[in-house]
Amino acid sequence: MKLDEPGLVQALQAGDEQVFAAVMDWYSGSLLRLALSFVPSRAVAEEVVQETWMGVFEGIHRFESRSSFKTWLFRILTNRAKTRGIRENRYEPFGLSASSDEGLSLEDSLFISEGSRMGHWKDPPNAWEPDTPERALLSKECRVAIETAIENLPATQRQVMTLRDIEGVSSEEICNILGISETNQRVLLHRARTKVRRELSPYVEGDNT
Amino acid sequence: MDTNLKQKLMRYMAGNFSCQEIAQLITDYLDGSLNLGERVRFQIHLGLCFACRNYLRQMKHTIATLRQLPPEPVPQHVKEELLERFRNWKQHQPQSSVRSENE
Ligand SMILES: [Zn+2]
Repeated sequence: MKLDEPGLVQALQAGDEQVFAAVMDWYSGSLLRLALSFVPSRAVAEEVVQETWMGVFEGIHRFESRSSFKTWLFRILTNRAKTRGIRENRYEPFGLSASSDEGLSLEDSLFISEGSRMGHWKDPPNAWEPDTPERALLSKECRVAIETAIENLPATQRQVMTLRDIEGVSSEEICNILGISETNQRVLLHRARTKVRRELSPYVEGDNT
Repeated sequence: MDTNLKQKLMRYMAGNFSCQEIAQLITDYLDGSLNLGERVRFQIHLGLCFACRNYLRQMKHTIATLRQLPPEPVPQHVKEELLERFRNWKQHQPQSSVRSENE
């Protein structure tokens, strides 16, 4: 099935079961990934995905193509997950809390902090293998390292990274979905990327030391 | 004038960012949110500094890797429950607003 949007939304609005089944199949994995950044367990995350689709059934008639279908899905999920997170006593309001500052100090630790070479690299980065994404993802060990790094991010960093880097949502849409400013979004994203880069590094470092 | 300040001033006049500043600005750079002056200074630094060029490429590789992560596997029972909920919902809709393609 081709998920081309205008026809897709029409078929969903008409309640076409085959199309619904395909669309739920197609997007539920992404929804589950995002849900996991809000709630404490896989079981709760699966429930949030279920609730999201219920919201889609009820709301698809009101869907207007001002945003993409996928963005609309992510917004529904975020609203449900936030409610759920509050109920589970886990949701923290957005902001640059102390715990999210570790990305900053990680970056700072890469540089000489005093003397005449202040601001220079301690260990100048070398080139990674040119086929990095493929090579990294072929290694199960490396995939686990990346997933673990993402799981260990502070919740807001994880949400931004999931939407932006994994799902490819635009920064404007992310600000809209999560209700944060562009600047805040970029800071969170940058810290998350800095951490994941470090975890990925040992698996893809070239021989050119 | 203390050397630190002098260095800063020289750097400013030379229009150069430090490597640390380049690292801090990478996401802004990739997002296209640097102003023209900053972007030019960023690129001048990159042109002169292989370490920062490597770091920028590493960040791009990191992003490309994240983009290719497979979706979370959805358990079969969740998929089945979703379909069931869909059928349930559809049954309770007034006929005028929901029509199956096969009718
Ligand atoms: Zn440099």
